[in-house]
Amino acid sequence: MALDEIKIGGMGASRRRVEDNRFIRGKGNYVDDIVLPGMLHMEILRSPMAHARIKSIDVSAAWEVPGVRLVLTGEMMAARNLAWMPTLSYDTQAVLATDKVRFQGQEVAAVIADDPYIAKDACQKIVVEYEALPVIVNPFQAMEASSELIRDDKENQPTNKIFDWEIGDKEGTDKAFAAADHVSKLELHYPRSHPSPMETCGSIADFNRATGKLTVYMTSQAPHIVRAAVAMVAELPEHMIRIVSPDLGGGFGNKVPIYPGYVISILASILTERPVKWIEDKTGNLISTGFGRDVYLKGELALRKDGKILGVRMNTISDHGAFYADAQPSKFKIGLMHSTFAAYDIPVAHLTSTGYYTNKAPGGVAYRCSFRVTEAMFFQERMVQAAADDLGIDQAEIRRMNFVKDDDFPHRTAFGFLTDSGQYEKCLNIGLEAIGYSTFKAEQEEARKRGRLLGIGISTMTEPLGAGNSKEYDILGIKMFDSAELRVHMSGKAILRTGAMNQGQGHQTTWAQIVAHELGIPADDVTVEEGDTDTAPFGMGTYASRSTPVAGAAVAMVSRKIRAKARKIAAHLLEVSEEDIEWELGRFYVRSNHERGVTIQDCAMAAYSNLPDGMEPGLENNAYYDPPNLTWPFACYIAKVEIDPETGVWDVLQFVAVDDCGVRINPMVVEGQIMGGLTEAYAMSSMQYQTYDEEGNCIGSNYMDYLLPTAWETPGFELYEVVTPCPHHPIGAKGIGECATVGGPAAFVNAVMDALKHTGVRNIDMPMMPNRVYEALQTGKDISGMPPVRSGD
Amino acid sequence: MYPSRFGYEAPKSIEEAIGYLTAGAGEAKILAGGQSLVPMLKLRFAAPEMLVDINSIPGLDYINIGADGSIRIGALVRHEDIERSEELKTAQPTLAAAAHLVADPIVRTRGTFVGSVCHADPQGDWAAAMTALGGHIVVQGPKGKREIAMKDFVLGPFQNALAFNEIAIEAVIPAPQGTPVGSYLKLERRVGDFATASVAVALNIQGGNVVRAGIALAGVGGRTIDATEAASVLVGKPLSEDSILAAAEAVAAAAEPRTDHRGSSDYKRQIVKTFVSRILTGIANSEQKVA
Repeated sequence: MALDEIKIGGMGASRRRVEDNRFIRGKGNYVDDIVLPGMLHMEILRSPMAHARIKSIDVSAAWEVPGVRLVLTGEMMAARNLAWMPTLSYDTQAVLATDKVRFQGQEVAAVIADDPYIAKDACQKIVVEYEALPVIVNPFQAMEASSELIRDDKENQPTNKIFDWEIGDKEGTDKAFAAADHVSKLELHYPRSHPSPMETCGSIADFNRATGKLTVYMTSQAPHIVRAAVAMVAELPEHMIRIVSPDLGGGFGNKVPIYPGYVISILASILTERPVKWIEDKTGNLISTGFGRDVYLKGELALRKDGKILGVRMNTISDHGAFYADAQPSKFKIGLMHSTFAAYDIPVAHLTSTGYYTNKAPGGVAYRCSFRVTEAMFFQERMVQAAADDLGIDQAEIRRMNFVKDDDFPHRTAFGFLTDSGQYEKCLNIGLEAIGYSTFKAEQEEARKRGRLLGIGISTMTEPLGAGNSKEYDILGIKMFDSAELRVHMSGKAILRTGAMNQGQGHQTTWAQIVAHELGIPADDVTVEEGDTDTAPFGMGTYASRSTPVAGAAVAMVSRKIRAKARKIAAHLLEVSEEDIEWELGRFYVRSNHERGVTIQDCAMAAYSNLPDGMEPGLENNAYYDPPNLTWPFACYIAKVEIDPETGVWDVLQFVAVDDCGVRINPMVVEGQIMGGLTEAYAMSSMQYQTYDEEGNCIGSNYMDYLLPTAWETPGFELYEVVTPCPHHPIGAKGIGECATVGGPAAFVNAVMDALKHTGVRNIDMPMMPNRVYEALQTGKDISGMPPVRSGD
Repeated sequence: MYPSRFGYEAPKSIEEAIGYLTAGAGEAKILAGGQSLVPMLKLRFAAPEMLVDINSIPGLDYINIGADGSIRIGALVRHEDIERSEELKTAQPTLAAAAHLVADPIVRTRGTFVGSVCHADPQGDWAAAMTALGGHIVVQGPKGKREIAMKDFVLGPFQNALAFNEIAIEAVIPAPQGTPVGSYLKLERRVGDFATASVAVALNIQGGNVVRAGIALAGVGGRTIDATEAASVLVGKPLSEDSILAAAEAVAAAAEPRTDHRGSSDYKRQIVKTFVSRILTGIANSEQKVA
């Protein structure tokens, strides 16, 4: 008599996404859809210069445009102590520039007017006099002793260096390298990329002088963090601040940081006493908001002849732009870079990292990467491939030999993480079988004789998803747990709220499935709400693939609390003691008589109408979940490519993805996440990058220059599944949102390198655009760094 | 999008449109498909005082193929109309090959063939195809109509030979001598990207011999490159491995590419050479069908 779990939309059901119904009908509710009475519109004037002293700002002509209500400059912000704001990495960032501009696109002034046309017209009338300063566009320029100091606003900041950071065992690593048969070296650049969600950032600030309450509708992946930050910056008490994130048109990490536009719109509303809407345009989003990567690697592997890895040595140099505004756990200056090589049994490792300011947009880490795990795993898989090629060992065998074995969990990595589960070799075997690896070598050689260049690239990795635990993970001191609150109505329908924030992950769909799994309430009977800090429980938001590992666990835990109370009610209704009650999906019954039972809906009604003596009425509860560990999904991605030797164009002939993210709540949603992530992986490997010319002009400020692949270019992906449940997660799930973006790029690059192996080329930095592949093929030399952006001849 | 303020007129005839252009004294712009103009308005790179929307003018959306094989394309023919025309597939293989490579499907539903030629983008596909085909543009102004050959129509990057009060009303491709053959190849980083290099080839073949060879290039110079002179090595004989190689090298030499983030000048020349060779080899291999 237990319910059929798939029929009620429980665990394992590929339930259609609840969100899509409104999205495909144009009935979503995004920030820009919200219109408040008397609302004004804000436009930001941005700096055309990458590094310049501001000599003067003349806003008089802007004030004269009819319909202009307010013109704000850095000076006016400074008078209210709002010219600077804290970043998520304990740095400061200019809200509106006062002294100088430090990157192209930096916010210089803002106009608030009756409509956005007027605001934009008036912005063009602001006259800013700049005095150009030397521009620094990469960390190597930044580290030169003679380089211009970018952050002259800060005390104790004599150079452009932000941090030196290290982890691991230097001495032990040195010994391992001294004893190695071979040392394989590789230098790489992971280029700067931008998450570029379809919806740009924006806000509507609405300050009500009468009630003293500030409401901000905004594009945030972490509304509660924003509320905490606004309380700090605007000196308003928390209960007088309401942050509402409505539907988000994608985030990918871009909507975690606090941006100047939000703060300016808040002050503008306080000053005008009217709602102020700010909607960033596409160029503004691309040139000024959170980017990803821009890290240079020097990597070395100490190897035994047979391919056994004896030690790892890595040095990274990272470019953080003009302000250190990375969103990441406070302890880790270069994110979770030290999760590198977690899938491999490495005795000893050492990582040193240095970060620099440059005259580029701030806000690193963002872009579907779980705090720089993208770089960590890309570097890892490129180094493993280079080692295999250097030693003449099969690229699958070197991985198999070095994997942490199924029986070795829990496994402490050389950098101190604890991995707890996985079947790495099984995933690899499935992938190799699917791609036809056993016959590929012969196929490759035969093709080469006919002038065709084929290659296979493998990428295998496990990554840490779902920060925290709260001991190690915090942002601005706030511990990284998460929460859920469940209220079951008397009819047995329910509303669930969590501290996470959906931006395309399908929380409305999948959270209801967890409730269905735990309580037997059909998923269709559960409303899911997120994003309003006045109603949602406190949570750290959605990024770093942490929703299912943390908030999803809280949903299971709060459901169990509800079930525990319902059990007491069931005992009362069935007139037996609680110990005699059994649970099956959707129903309690008397152990000795399966026929005698009550449904969860019966219990819900009783919670409001027929309670045991002394029991508190109602059926609702909340749960805060502090995960004991991160979750460790595993992925094996294999690409098969062919290069056209006359043009350097490469095509993906086949792509196989084997993902083990533990128990899948909604397989269709999981597959959607993997498909999307692989598309982004393909994008970065082939075309999607942001670069700057030597004057600091951003090349990639619109979709003609910043290339996102379309359905035409994107290859097909074959998906396979392995399930190793997470041992500590209440429903055995692991994170999945970022696996494919993290693990995918190396598969494409390794495949192209495999096709070029006979030429002696060991590396082409991403993006592997056809001209770069052609040049490598012609010269037999590696292609490093960003593609040139200036005309040469 | 928030463009600068502009006036808007939607005339019902070409004469009325010319009247608005004349009154605008150089500050009025024609709006046809708008696929280049509207983004420029959005970015405020263009801020015309008036838009003269010609979409309400009847009778400009024709593709006429004459008995002699000449082709006339009206000013409101969309890229998509070319792409979907069954007649053009056989009558004009160069156009047919280029049609599905123009921009992306969304742009193709709205953007116009003649508008694209007028835009004179050095990376524009249709200007290259029209140049290879030896076509001309019919323009109309206050004093009536005149014809401008493609080689005289594109003056430079984004510059055409229209006076401020003239409208390009149709594109004309002359009748072929013998059988028209040809194709179009384009290297782009992504659908809708501007070309890294494109090659338009339009040959006429009669009695097994090439009697006319038109080749034009996009993306490899400050304007559309007319490589017809370089292609003259093909004329007066059948296509052969030798003549194909000679033409490919001569055309590559006629390109004027610059090194940029799409590739080095040498790389772009290599692409031109490869594409010329691939198109001509493809024609040679199917020549018995067209001879």
